[in-house]
Amino acid sequence: MSGTATVPDSGAPAPAGKQPTAPPPRANRGFPWTELATTVAAFVLAFLVGALLMIFSDPKILSQPQYFGYLATQKVVSAYGALIDGSVGSWQAITESTAQAAPLICGGLGVGLAFRAGLFNIGGQGQAIWGAILAAYVGFSWHLPPVVQLVVAVIAGVLGGAVWGGLVGWLKARTGAHEVIVTIMLNYVAAGLLGYLLTTSAFQRPGRTDPISPVVDWNATFPRLAGSQLHLGFVLALLAAVAVWWILDRSTIGFTIKAVGANPNAAATAGMSVARTTIIAMTLAGALAGLAGVQAALGPTTGGTPVPLSNGIVGTIGFDAITVALLGRSRPLGTVLAGLLFGALHAGGLAMQSIAQTPLTLTTVLQALIVMFVAAPMLVTKLLPFLRGRRVGTGVPSSSGGLA
Amino acid sequence: MSAPATPAVPSAPTPPPPAAATPGPRLESAEKRRQRLSTGVLIVVVGVLLLVLLASTHGASRFALSNAFDPVQLPTVSLPGLPTVLVCAVLCLLAGAGFVSGRLHGRLPAVAGTVAGIAFTLGFLAWAAAGRDLPFPVSNQFAGTLSLATPLVFGALCGVLCERAGVVNVSIEGQFLVSAFVAAVVGSVTGSLAAAIVSAMVAGFGMAVLLALFAIGFKVNQVVLGVVLNVFASGITGFLFDQLVSPQAEKLNSAPVMAALPIPGLSKIPFFGPVLFSQPVLAYLAVIAVVLVWWLLTRTSWGLRIRSVGEHPAAAEVVGISVTGVRWSAVLAGGLLAGLGGSFFTVGATGSFDKDFTVGNGFIALAALIMGRWNPVLAALMAVFFGFVTQMGSQMQTLSTPVPSQFLLLLPYVATIIAVAGLIGRVRAPAADGEPYEKG
Amino acid sequence: MTTQPDQTAEPQPAPGLRLRGMTKRFGSLVANDAIDLDIEPGRIHCLLGENGAGKSTLMNVLYGLLQPDEGEITVDGEPVRIGSPKQAMAAGIGMVHQHFMLVDVFTVAENLVLGREGGALLDMRRARRTVRELSDRYGFAVDPDAVIEDLPVGVQQRVEILKALANDARFLIFDEPTAVLTPQETDELIAVIKSLRDEGRAIVFITHKLREVRELADTITVIRRGKVVGTAEPGESEAKLAELMVGRSVNLTVAKAAPATEGDPRLVVRGLSVTGPTGVPVVRDVDLDVHGGEIVCIAGVQGNGQTELAEALLGTVPVSAGGVELDGTPITRLTPRQRIDLGLGFVPEDRQRDGFVGSFSVAENLVLNHVTEPPYASGIGLRVDRIRAEALDRVAEFDIRTQSVDTPVSALSGGNQQKVVLAREMSRPLAVMIANQPTRGVDVGAIEFLHARLVAERDRGTAVVIVSTELDEVIALADRIVVMCGGRIVGIVPANTSREVLGLMMAGVSADEAMRTAATTTEDVNEVIT
Repeated sequence: MSGTATVPDSGAPAPAGKQPTAPPPRANRGFPWTELATTVAAFVLAFLVGALLMIFSDPKILSQPQYFGYLATQKVVSAYGALIDGSVGSWQAITESTAQAAPLICGGLGVGLAFRAGLFNIGGQGQAIWGAILAAYVGFSWHLPPVVQLVVAVIAGVLGGAVWGGLVGWLKARTGAHEVIVTIMLNYVAAGLLGYLLTTSAFQRPGRTDPISPVVDWNATFPRLAGSQLHLGFVLALLAAVAVWWILDRSTIGFTIKAVGANPNAAATAGMSVARTTIIAMTLAGALAGLAGVQAALGPTTGGTPVPLSNGIVGTIGFDAITVALLGRSRPLGTVLAGLLFGALHAGGLAMQSIAQTPLTLTTVLQALIVMFVAAPMLVTKLLPFLRGRRVGTGVPSSSGGLA
Repeated sequence: MSAPATPAVPSAPTPPPPAAATPGPRLESAEKRRQRLSTGVLIVVVGVLLLVLLASTHGASRFALSNAFDPVQLPTVSLPGLPTVLVCAVLCLLAGAGFVSGRLHGRLPAVAGTVAGIAFTLGFLAWAAAGRDLPFPVSNQFAGTLSLATPLVFGALCGVLCERAGVVNVSIEGQFLVSAFVAAVVGSVTGSLAAAIVSAMVAGFGMAVLLALFAIGFKVNQVVLGVVLNVFASGITGFLFDQLVSPQAEKLNSAPVMAALPIPGLSKIPFFGPVLFSQPVLAYLAVIAVVLVWWLLTRTSWGLRIRSVGEHPAAAEVVGISVTGVRWSAVLAGGLLAGLGGSFFTVGATGSFDKDFTVGNGFIALAALIMGRWNPVLAALMAVFFGFVTQMGSQMQTLSTPVPSQFLLLLPYVATIIAVAGLIGRVRAPAADGEPYEKG
Repeated sequence: MTTQPDQTAEPQPAPGLRLRGMTKRFGSLVANDAIDLDIEPGRIHCLLGENGAGKSTLMNVLYGLLQPDEGEITVDGEPVRIGSPKQAMAAGIGMVHQHFMLVDVFTVAENLVLGREGGALLDMRRARRTVRELSDRYGFAVDPDAVIEDLPVGVQQRVEILKALANDARFLIFDEPTAVLTPQETDELIAVIKSLRDEGRAIVFITHKLREVRELADTITVIRRGKVVGTAEPGESEAKLAELMVGRSVNLTVAKAAPATEGDPRLVVRGLSVTGPTGVPVVRDVDLDVHGGEIVCIAGVQGNGQTELAEALLGTVPVSAGGVELDGTPITRLTPRQRIDLGLGFVPEDRQRDGFVGSFSVAENLVLNHVTEPPYASGIGLRVDRIRAEALDRVAEFDIRTQSVDTPVSALSGGNQQKVVLAREMSRPLAVMIANQPTRGVDVGAIEFLHARLVAERDRGTAVVIVSTELDEVIALADRIVVMCGGRIVGIVPANTSREVLGLMMAGVSADEAMRTAATTTEDVNEVIT
């Protein structure tokens, strides 16, 4: 036996063929350059695909192949020009972006917080619907003094979302029901109940036969900075982000949530109650999604009054929130930035639709593509080899488990 | 040396075998007990509900067995409302009491459950139809059930194939949406139903490629991926609809509609003929697909491999099976089925597409798959059940019952929550469902 | 080293499987370093090495699950490339895995036919016939239609063997096959392996148990830290083998003073029973007293209720009958949190699963079960500075080798991970310490350290309960030994009880009976020798 090489003292060789140790997930807590680079790359790639889609689905361009280059360039430049103009081109546009971003940030925080607890909250939609229902109800029927009515409406909406989210946590904790299925189903239940409520006299606007509620009182509308769309809701979203940061990184609740999310068995062995933590995490997530619903119900439109309660009041916030949380890697600051980006995309999309006659739905495609590129770092590095060798975390558990 | 180094047992009395070999007296585990009690209580609650409905049951309940166009007209059955509901309520209560008492053994729980289910449905219908101006249209109920169930069956089968192979498919909805869109456009352009259906299958396949690429290839979390794919499907169909299809609707959004194909002979049977044997081709295909998927999973090598990679991929790997290959094949095959289901929304209905046209049917298919415990036949039956309930909801609207039909339409969702909460027997997913496979 | 006579005698390439210079690296870690190995027909080749010595890595390379960085494999003199399990099977290699590679919900026949279906359609009749034929030939008595999850572990292992035999494997690898078996099942397995050898198959038997090596081996190769450190004859003494395996002379006895058994028992267990998830009782009517200042070891074959007993004492598994008292306080109805607060320390059996949160830092894991208490928390706020300061102390005290206290625990070696767990539990005053397999998968250096700390904890007056399946550890640490089998306590015996008696008790023989039997066996041996 000639002892040539020595094995480093550090540890036992690989057990059963697994890589011995993964590189530390976040050993280096500096600025996330790699995340930033991947995100930028994802945006560029998504916009490229979007441009191709725009060109090759326009009958006007396709029918005049001799002018293809000119028409195609014109189409893309005008659409993306309008998009940029409508999102950051003016103070008005920027504030419109913040207004669009506010519910996305809240919803994204809710989804991201649940991710950290190892839970998939696909139920932002239903939680936001309850947030909107209760906030709007207080807003149009209670007629309280200024400030008070707004505060009560916000609290009611947040509680509504919290209860609807907490219900999921309770079901999971008590019976082990998989939260993905429960949240998807509860989304439909919430939407159905909203549809039903809008046919009752307590909610339906007098004199109307279609499902629409009265307009929310001025006292319950988020005040905004004069001449802009920057309203209190955006401030609330930022405060919520700070609160989530504090909870996750500086509180025992967050410590427990993260421990249960990363290893529920070890958490239970360390005396933490997985059931209670699940309920707490889903309640908090629901409250945040509820706040997103509150934003939809109480945030002023350009006309000054909020959109009255109707079947489509929260749009697709629950699913958009998932894309925001993914782009933001489930971290509060990331979620704020991601929410701003997608909020700008939405605001710009509206401008793109009205100025460049390009359908708003393009932004949905872009949003999905961006997230797909971000969620699959391997794909981006394959397409853009110069990013190779950098590992990017997605902030999402790899396994989703069977859905039962 | 004759003495072994480990302690042998030459003259010792045979020691009691270890725990694993002979289970001691088997007690009812806490979970089983909870399930039994909750099932019983659920049935009792339903029975009590029927008793409450008695108060508002007046007059006779009439059921029309034929609709006006059927060749053979059957009589309208009339049942006395109050006694019918009462009998059904009592049956439910008895079945529930049976569960709660814990005296039911062997096949009896299944029988009691079935009795309770039928009694509740009948009792509820009798209440709803009692004293109304119009009879409850039974044949419409069944016909509507089948046409609502057809796409759900395809979707659920797609889910069965994916999830038995260990890939969670939350994007059935997106697959439906894209294939419905493609079927409408291709059908409109070519005027051919066959082209529409085939292109829809191609579209479903294409969405499945995305699912497989990201879930199996890039190991993206499958639930999140499913949601994102749904957003993508909604976006891309919406954008193409807005930009391309909507401005030239008569050219691009008026596909031919699939006509019913009566099966000679069988379709002449009174009541059952028109309901079961005069269906569009896709409905027959759905039935064939159920049998096919069942056969593939249980009788072929491919099916065995699918089940093995969904339960224990490492065990498959060590006997030389390519886990990723089998998973890819299952997901792609599922995509073809979802494409068939998606085409039904357009060419099986009005021939035209609208934005977000599939309104959550993909998720109901997912629910059917789970309530059907990942078994193709049970999942298809669950799809039919959801079709039945949905159809009942819309029938109720025409009867103007005091119950808002919205609540009935919520039934599939609530039933699914009850199922995954383990109140009606624990559902057990394939062990490796949703787990990306790391080689080695 | 010893040379094998038949090897030198052979002029042309000898039949068999030969590895030359196999090297496998994981990053900077060399798991296998230029390993040579000869696997010959009709011989049992024991591969002996500590946990983590690189045995399993080598076999995974041989079975095509991992690709070697360097080295050559030849079969009967022909070089072969084994890039996948499929190629390994084609080369005649079969493997009985440590964690069985069986699909739990499949029948025996389905498991057997998987991967070798022989056509698009399943021919289950043929598969059943194959199971019956092979099963009869080797006297296995396996029902082809039984579902795997309903079968006892020993039978499941036979199905694994059947799978390899159905493939007509010439080279059979057994990876730590006895870890989950009772002594009787082990004897039966050994008989089976010998008969397979006598048929002319080549057997590789991987283990770290010296006794099995001495009974089975025709050839012994010892691996340490990824390298072949020697070969030995089967007749070699255990002490010599142990020295080879560990790299120096090993003295696993721990220096400790006499136990203080006086005083009230700190842990009292009365009539404790636990029902498993399927309704089968897994712990039956256990009575146990543990005094402050003594170490009670619970010995038994894996899966005889020890794990569930330990978890029931912590409260993570519900109790179906009986009660537990800690320092006179009934704790049966308390949550794990409350029990921990009363001074219960717990080292779980599977530290990866239950012991720590891999993505959390060393500092965070060191306060995992008391983070909500001052000084680490004020209200619901975390005192990050205090947590770090505490961690620096513990890392120094327990000699935890880590880059910093912010390093995720998943980046540490097994021994250092276990030190983190132990340091966490011992950083507060304990009444009772329950350590379940405290040294499993830990290198020898760390074992000595951990043992010393456990004895120190005993000497502080804590009642220490150690659950271990390693008899060496039990004998080295215990003041009293409790033997469990089938969920029951078979007997409580003093620390100086012989291995033979303990082995019999682990198979369920009562203490008196076991001692009588052991005595007769020893007489028999003496007769034969004289």
